[in-house]
Amino acid sequence: MDNKKRTIIQAVAAVLQNGHIAGFFTGRIYGGGAKHFCVPGLNCYSCPGALGACPVGSLQSAVSAWKFRFPYYVLGVMVFFGVTLGRLVCGFLCPFGFLQDLLFKVPAPKKLRTFRGDMYLRYLKYAVLLLMVLVLPFVYKTTPFFCKYLCPSGTVAGMLLTAADERLRGLLGWIFTWKAAVLTAVVLASAVIFRPFCRYLCPLGAFYALFNGVSAVRLKVDSGKCTGCGACASACGMAVDPVKSPNHAECIRCGQCVSRCPHGAISFSHCLSRSSPEGREKA
Amino acid sequence: MTDRRRMILTAALLFTAILLIAAGVAEGQYHQVLAKATRICLECIGIG
Ligand code: SF4
Ligand code: SF4
Repeated sequence: MDNKKRTIIQAVAAVLQNGHIAGFFTGRIYGGGAKHFCVPGLNCYSCPGALGACPVGSLQSAVSAWKFRFPYYVLGVMVFFGVTLGRLVCGFLCPFGFLQDLLFKVPAPKKLRTFRGDMYLRYLKYAVLLLMVLVLPFVYKTTPFFCKYLCPSGTVAGMLLTAADERLRGLLGWIFTWKAAVLTAVVLASAVIFRPFCRYLCPLGAFYALFNGVSAVRLKVDSGKCTGCGACASACGMAVDPVKSPNHAECIRCGQCVSRCPHGAISFSHCLSRSSPEGREKA
Repeated sequence: MTDRRRMILTAALLFTAILLIAAGVAEGQYHQVLAKATRICLECIGIG
Protein backbone atom coordinates (compact mmCIF):
# COMPACT_ATOMS: atom_id res chain seq x y z
CA MET A 1 0.00 0.00 0.00
CA ASP A 2 1.71 3.23 -1.04
CA ASN A 3 1.31 6.42 0.89
CA LYS A 4 -0.68 8.17 -1.83
CA LYS A 5 -3.40 5.50 -1.85
CA ARG A 6 -3.62 5.65 1.91
CA THR A 7 -3.94 9.43 1.84
CA ILE A 8 -6.82 9.13 -0.64
CA ILE A 9 -8.58 6.55 1.55
CA GLN A 10 -8.09 8.76 4.63
CA ALA A 11 -9.45 11.80 2.81
CA VAL A 12 -12.50 9.88 1.57
CA ALA A 13 -13.13 8.48 5.07
CA ALA A 14 -12.86 11.96 6.62
CA VAL A 15 -15.28 13.43 4.08
CA LEU A 16 -17.75 10.55 4.45
CA GLN A 17 -17.80 10.97 8.23
CA ASN A 18 -18.18 14.74 7.94
CA GLY A 19 -20.42 15.12 4.94
CA HIS A 20 -23.00 17.45 6.49
CA ILE A 21 -21.66 20.39 4.50
CA ALA A 22 -24.52 22.77 5.39
CA GLY A 23 -23.46 22.60 9.05
CA PHE A 24 -20.19 24.39 8.33
CA PHE A 25 -22.14 27.44 7.17
CA THR A 26 -25.14 27.39 9.47
CA GLY A 27 -23.42 26.29 12.69
CA ARG A 28 -26.11 23.64 13.15
CA ILE A 29 -25.11 20.04 13.63
CA TYR A 30 -26.66 17.12 11.78
CA GLY A 31 -29.65 15.61 13.58
CA GLY A 32 -30.54 12.64 11.39
CA GLY A 33 -30.77 8.92 12.05
CA ALA A 34 -27.19 8.14 10.99
CA LYS A 35 -26.18 9.38 14.43
CA HIS A 36 -27.58 6.17 15.88
CA PHE A 37 -24.28 4.67 14.74
CA CYS A 38 -20.78 5.21 16.03
CA VAL A 39 -18.01 5.97 13.55
CA PRO A 40 -14.78 3.99 13.97
CA GLY A 41 -12.39 6.90 14.60
CA LEU A 42 -12.18 9.98 16.80
CA ASN A 43 -14.61 12.43 15.26
CA CYS A 44 -16.53 14.77 17.55
CA TYR A 45 -20.29 14.45 17.11
CA SER A 46 -20.60 18.17 17.65
CA CYS A 47 -18.51 18.86 14.56
CA PRO A 48 -20.82 20.74 12.19
CA GLY A 49 -20.10 18.17 9.47
CA ALA A 50 -20.34 14.99 11.57
CA LEU A 51 -22.77 12.38 10.29
CA GLY A 52 -22.17 9.77 12.98
CA ALA A 53 -21.58 9.51 16.72
CA CYS A 54 -18.10 9.59 18.27
CA PRO A 55 -17.45 6.30 20.11
CA VAL A 56 -15.45 7.94 22.93
CA GLY A 57 -18.06 10.65 23.48
CA SER A 58 -20.87 8.09 23.41
CA LEU A 59 -19.07 5.82 25.85
CA GLN A 60 -18.45 8.67 28.31
CA SER A 61 -22.00 9.85 28.03
CA ALA A 62 -23.27 6.34 28.82
CA VAL A 63 -20.86 5.88 31.71
CA SER A 64 -21.65 9.27 33.24
CA ALA A 65 -25.44 9.03 32.99
CA TRP A 66 -27.17 9.50 36.36
CA LYS A 67 -28.91 6.19 36.02
CA PHE A 68 -26.07 3.92 35.05
CA ARG A 69 -26.79 1.17 32.59
CA PHE A 70 -24.00 -0.98 31.24
CA PRO A 71 -23.08 0.52 27.83
CA TYR A 72 -23.57 -2.70 25.83
CA TYR A 73 -24.16 -1.01 22.53
CA VAL A 74 -21.23 1.42 22.39
CA LEU A 75 -18.81 -1.04 23.94
CA GLY A 76 -20.00 -3.75 21.52
CA VAL A 77 -19.39 -1.47 18.54
CA MET A 78 -15.93 -0.54 19.83
CA VAL A 79 -14.98 -4.17 20.45
CA PHE A 80 -16.27 -5.01 16.98
CA PHE A 81 -14.03 -2.40 15.33
CA GLY A 82 -11.15 -3.47 17.54
CA VAL A 83 -11.39 -7.18 16.83
CA THR A 84 -11.97 -6.78 13.10
CA LEU A 85 -9.70 -3.85 12.19
CA GLY A 86 -7.62 -3.10 15.28
CA ARG A 87 -5.54 0.02 14.75
CA LEU A 88 -6.13 -0.09 11.01
CA VAL A 89 -8.84 2.38 12.04
CA CYS A 90 -6.03 4.75 13.11
CA GLY A 91 -4.03 4.25 9.94
CA PHE A 92 -6.87 4.63 7.48
CA LEU A 93 -10.19 5.79 8.90
CA CYS A 94 -9.69 8.26 11.73
CA PRO A 95 -10.06 11.92 10.67
CA PHE A 96 -7.95 13.17 13.58
CA GLY A 97 -5.19 10.72 12.68
CA PHE A 98 -5.37 12.00 9.11
CA LEU A 99 -5.05 15.58 10.30
CA GLN A 100 -1.86 14.67 12.19
CA ASP A 101 -0.47 12.90 9.11
CA LEU A 102 -0.99 16.09 7.10
CA LEU A 103 0.64 18.19 9.80
CA PHE A 104 3.66 15.88 9.84
CA LYS A 105 4.25 16.79 6.19
CA VAL A 106 4.81 20.43 7.20
CA PRO A 107 8.57 21.15 7.02
CA ALA A 108 10.19 21.37 10.45
CA PRO A 109 13.86 21.91 11.44
CA LYS A 110 13.93 18.41 12.93
CA LYS A 111 11.68 15.37 12.71
CA LEU A 112 11.83 13.05 15.71
CA ARG A 113 11.16 9.38 15.15
CA THR A 114 11.58 8.47 18.76
CA PHE A 115 13.43 9.72 21.85
CA ARG A 116 14.32 8.58 25.34
CA GLY A 117 11.19 7.84 27.30
CA ASP A 118 8.98 7.81 24.19
CA MET A 119 7.91 4.21 24.68
CA TYR A 120 7.06 4.82 28.37
CA LEU A 121 5.10 7.98 27.60
CA ARG A 122 2.89 5.92 25.32
CA TYR A 123 1.34 4.23 28.35
CA LEU A 124 -0.24 7.57 29.18
CA LYS A 125 -3.07 6.96 26.73
CA TYR A 126 -4.17 3.90 28.70
CA ALA A 127 -4.40 6.08 31.80
CA VAL A 128 -6.47 8.60 29.81
CA LEU A 129 -8.80 5.79 28.75
CA LEU A 130 -9.15 4.41 32.25
CA LEU A 131 -9.38 7.66 34.19
CA MET A 132 -10.82 10.33 31.89
CA VAL A 133 -13.18 8.15 29.87
CA LEU A 134 -14.27 5.53 32.40
CA VAL A 135 -13.54 6.16 36.09
CA LEU A 136 -13.93 9.94 36.53
CA PRO A 137 -17.10 10.27 34.42
CA PHE A 138 -18.57 7.34 36.35
CA VAL A 139 -17.70 8.83 39.74
CA TYR A 140 -18.44 12.49 39.00
CA LYS A 141 -21.67 12.05 37.06
CA THR A 142 -22.50 14.08 33.94
CA THR A 143 -18.96 15.33 33.33
CA PRO A 144 -17.30 13.77 30.28
CA PHE A 145 -13.74 14.48 31.45
CA PHE A 146 -11.93 13.55 28.26
CA CYS A 147 -14.29 15.56 26.04
CA LYS A 148 -14.31 18.52 28.38
CA TYR A 149 -10.64 18.88 29.21
CA LEU A 150 -8.60 17.11 26.55
CA CYS A 151 -10.21 16.10 23.28
CA PRO A 152 -8.72 18.21 20.45
CA SER A 153 -11.30 16.90 17.98
CA GLY A 154 -13.98 18.61 20.08
CA THR A 155 -11.95 21.82 20.10
CA VAL A 156 -11.78 21.78 16.29
CA ALA A 157 -15.57 21.24 16.30
CA GLY A 158 -15.94 24.17 18.72
CA MET A 159 -13.85 26.43 16.49
CA LEU A 160 -15.91 25.53 13.44
CA LEU A 161 -19.21 25.96 15.26
CA THR A 162 -18.34 29.25 16.91
CA ALA A 163 -17.06 30.59 13.60
CA ALA A 164 -20.54 30.06 12.18
CA ASP A 165 -22.61 30.97 15.27
CA GLU A 166 -22.18 34.29 17.03
CA ARG A 167 -24.26 33.30 20.08
CA LEU A 168 -21.98 30.36 20.83
CA ARG A 169 -18.93 32.59 20.41
CA GLY A 170 -20.19 34.76 23.23
CA LEU A 171 -20.19 31.76 25.61
CA LEU A 172 -16.52 30.84 25.25
CA GLY A 173 -14.54 30.93 28.48
CA TRP A 174 -11.49 29.49 30.22
CA ILE A 175 -12.25 25.87 29.27
CA PHE A 176 -12.08 26.81 25.64
CA THR A 177 -8.81 28.66 26.22
CA TRP A 178 -7.38 25.56 27.90
CA LYS A 179 -8.61 23.25 25.15
CA ALA A 180 -7.28 25.58 22.46
CA ALA A 181 -3.87 25.44 24.20
CA VAL A 182 -4.00 21.61 24.14
CA LEU A 183 -4.93 21.66 20.47
CA THR A 184 -2.12 24.11 19.68
CA ALA A 185 0.37 21.87 21.48
CA VAL A 186 -0.85 18.84 19.51
CA VAL A 187 -0.67 20.74 16.21
CA LEU A 188 2.85 22.04 16.85
CA ALA A 189 4.09 18.66 18.09
CA SER A 190 2.56 16.96 15.03
CA ALA A 191 4.97 18.80 12.75
CA VAL A 192 7.93 17.32 14.64
CA ILE A 193 6.75 13.93 15.95
CA PHE A 194 4.65 11.52 13.93
CA ARG A 195 1.16 11.42 15.50
CA PRO A 196 1.84 12.68 19.03
CA PHE A 197 -1.81 12.59 20.05
CA CYS A 198 -2.20 9.00 18.86
CA ARG A 199 1.03 7.97 20.59
CA TYR A 200 0.44 9.53 23.98
CA LEU A 201 -3.12 10.63 24.58
CA CYS A 202 -5.83 9.05 22.48
CA PRO A 203 -8.09 6.75 24.53
CA LEU A 204 -9.61 5.28 21.37
CA GLY A 205 -6.18 4.38 20.03
CA ALA A 206 -5.45 2.81 23.43
CA PHE A 207 -8.65 0.79 23.22
CA TYR A 208 -7.92 -0.49 19.72
CA ALA A 209 -4.30 -1.17 20.69
CA LEU A 210 -5.59 -3.78 23.14
CA PHE A 211 -6.94 -5.72 20.15
CA ASN A 212 -4.05 -5.33 17.68
CA GLY A 213 -2.59 -8.70 18.64
CA VAL A 214 -5.80 -10.58 17.84
CA SER A 215 -7.51 -8.39 15.22
CA ALA A 216 -8.69 -9.98 11.98
CA VAL A 217 -6.57 -7.64 9.86
CA ARG A 218 -2.90 -8.22 10.57
CA LEU A 219 0.62 -7.87 9.27
CA LYS A 220 2.64 -10.89 8.31
CA VAL A 221 6.40 -11.19 7.84
CA ASP A 222 7.73 -13.90 5.57
CA SER A 223 10.92 -14.98 7.33
CA GLY A 224 12.08 -16.74 4.17
CA LYS A 225 12.18 -13.43 2.31
CA CYS A 226 13.31 -11.11 5.12
CA THR A 227 17.05 -10.40 5.03
CA GLY A 228 17.02 -8.38 8.26
CA CYS A 229 18.03 -5.16 6.45
CA GLY A 230 15.90 -3.02 8.80
CA ALA A 231 14.36 -0.89 6.01
CA CYS A 232 10.88 -1.49 7.44
CA ALA A 233 11.77 -0.49 10.99
CA SER A 234 13.48 2.71 9.88
CA ALA A 235 10.46 3.60 7.72
CA CYS A 236 7.96 3.18 10.53
CA GLY A 237 6.65 6.49 11.83
CA MET A 238 5.44 4.83 15.02
CA ALA A 239 8.95 3.45 15.72
CA VAL A 240 7.81 -0.15 15.61
CA ASP A 241 10.01 -2.95 14.28
CA PRO A 242 7.53 -5.08 12.34
CA VAL A 243 9.99 -7.94 11.95
CA LYS A 244 10.28 -8.29 15.72
CA SER A 245 6.62 -7.60 16.41
CA PRO A 246 4.33 -7.41 13.38
CA ASN A 247 1.19 -6.93 15.46
CA HIS A 248 2.57 -4.54 18.05
CA ALA A 249 0.01 -2.44 19.94
CA GLU A 250 1.58 0.73 18.52
CA CYS A 251 1.30 -0.35 14.88
CA ILE A 252 -1.36 1.72 13.16
CA ARG A 253 -1.30 -0.53 10.07
CA CYS A 254 -0.29 2.35 7.83
CA GLY A 255 1.50 -0.08 5.50
CA GLN A 256 4.61 2.07 5.20
CA CYS A 257 6.80 -0.92 6.06
CA VAL A 258 4.96 -3.08 3.53
CA SER A 259 5.80 -0.72 0.70
CA ARG A 260 9.34 0.02 1.91
CA CYS A 261 10.52 -3.60 2.23
CA PRO A 262 12.78 -4.17 -0.79
CA HIS A 263 12.13 -7.91 -0.67
CA GLY A 264 8.35 -7.91 -0.36
CA ALA A 265 8.63 -9.76 2.95
CA ILE A 266 5.85 -7.88 4.78
CA SER A 267 2.21 -8.05 3.76
CA PHE A 268 -1.25 -7.37 5.08
CA SER A 269 -2.88 -10.58 6.16
CA HIS A 270 -5.97 -11.83 7.97
CA CYS A 271 -6.69 -13.85 11.06
CA LEU A 272 -7.23 -17.13 9.23
CA SER A 273 -3.80 -17.24 7.63
CA ARG A 274 -0.84 -18.89 9.34
CA SER A 275 1.70 -16.41 10.63
CA SER A 276 4.66 -18.78 10.10
CA PRO A 277 5.28 -22.37 8.99
CA GLU A 278 5.34 -23.33 12.68
CA GLY A 279 1.95 -21.67 13.18
CA ARG A 280 3.30 -19.40 15.91
CA GLU A 281 3.76 -15.64 15.85
CA LYS A 282 6.57 -13.66 17.41
CA ALA A 283 5.47 -11.90 20.58
CA MET B 1 0.73 -17.37 21.01
CA THR B 2 -0.05 -20.13 18.53
CA ASP B 3 -2.18 -19.29 15.49
CA ARG B 4 -4.88 -21.66 16.68
CA ARG B 5 -5.20 -19.96 20.06
CA ARG B 6 -5.23 -16.57 18.44
CA MET B 7 -7.99 -17.58 16.02
CA ILE B 8 -10.12 -18.90 18.89
CA LEU B 9 -9.59 -15.66 20.80
CA THR B 10 -10.51 -13.55 17.75
CA ALA B 11 -13.68 -15.58 17.18
CA ALA B 12 -14.64 -15.38 20.86
CA LEU B 13 -14.16 -11.60 20.93
CA LEU B 14 -16.12 -11.18 17.72
CA PHE B 15 -18.93 -13.22 19.20
CA THR B 16 -18.79 -11.11 22.37
CA ALA B 17 -18.98 -7.91 20.32
CA ILE B 18 -22.05 -9.16 18.47
CA LEU B 19 -23.70 -10.21 21.74
CA LEU B 20 -22.99 -6.81 23.30
CA ILE B 21 -24.41 -4.98 20.29
CA ALA B 22 -27.50 -7.22 20.31
CA ALA B 23 -28.03 -6.59 24.05
CA GLY B 24 -27.63 -2.85 23.50
CA VAL B 25 -30.05 -2.84 20.59
CA ALA B 26 -32.56 -4.85 22.62
CA GLU B 27 -32.35 -2.21 25.36
CA GLY B 28 -32.72 0.57 22.80
CA GLN B 29 -29.38 2.10 23.78
CA TYR B 30 -28.85 3.40 20.26
CA HIS B 31 -31.56 5.96 21.05
CA GLN B 32 -29.37 7.44 23.79
CA VAL B 33 -26.45 7.54 21.35
CA LEU B 34 -28.62 9.46 18.89
CA ALA B 35 -29.98 11.79 21.56
CA LYS B 36 -26.49 12.71 22.75
CA ALA B 37 -25.02 13.03 19.26
CA THR B 38 -27.70 15.29 17.85
CA ARG B 39 -27.45 17.99 20.54
CA ILE B 40 -24.41 20.25 20.58
CA CYS B 41 -22.21 18.94 23.38
CA LEU B 42 -21.09 22.08 25.22
CA GLU B 43 -18.33 20.23 27.08
CA CYS B 44 -16.90 18.87 23.83
CA ILE B 45 -16.69 22.23 22.12
CA GLY B 46 -15.10 23.90 25.13
CA ILE B 47 -17.98 25.86 26.61
CA GLY B 48 -18.54 23.42 29.45
S1 SF4 C 1 -5.03 6.99 18.05
FE1 SF4 C 1 -7.01 8.09 18.23
S2 SF4 C 1 -6.76 10.02 17.10
FE2 SF4 C 1 -5.10 8.62 16.52
S3 SF4 C 1 -5.86 7.65 14.71
FE3 SF4 C 1 -6.34 6.27 16.41
S4 SF4 C 1 -8.43 6.83 17.04
FE4 SF4 C 1 -7.65 8.51 15.74
S1 SF4 D 1 4.87 -1.43 11.61
FE1 SF4 D 1 4.43 -0.94 9.46
S2 SF4 D 1 2.22 -0.78 9.31
FE2 SF4 D 1 2.75 -0.68 11.50
S3 SF4 D 1 2.88 1.52 11.95
FE3 SF4 D 1 4.94 0.82 11.43
S4 SF4 D 1 5.17 1.16 9.21
FE4 SF4 D 1 2.97 1.30 9.71
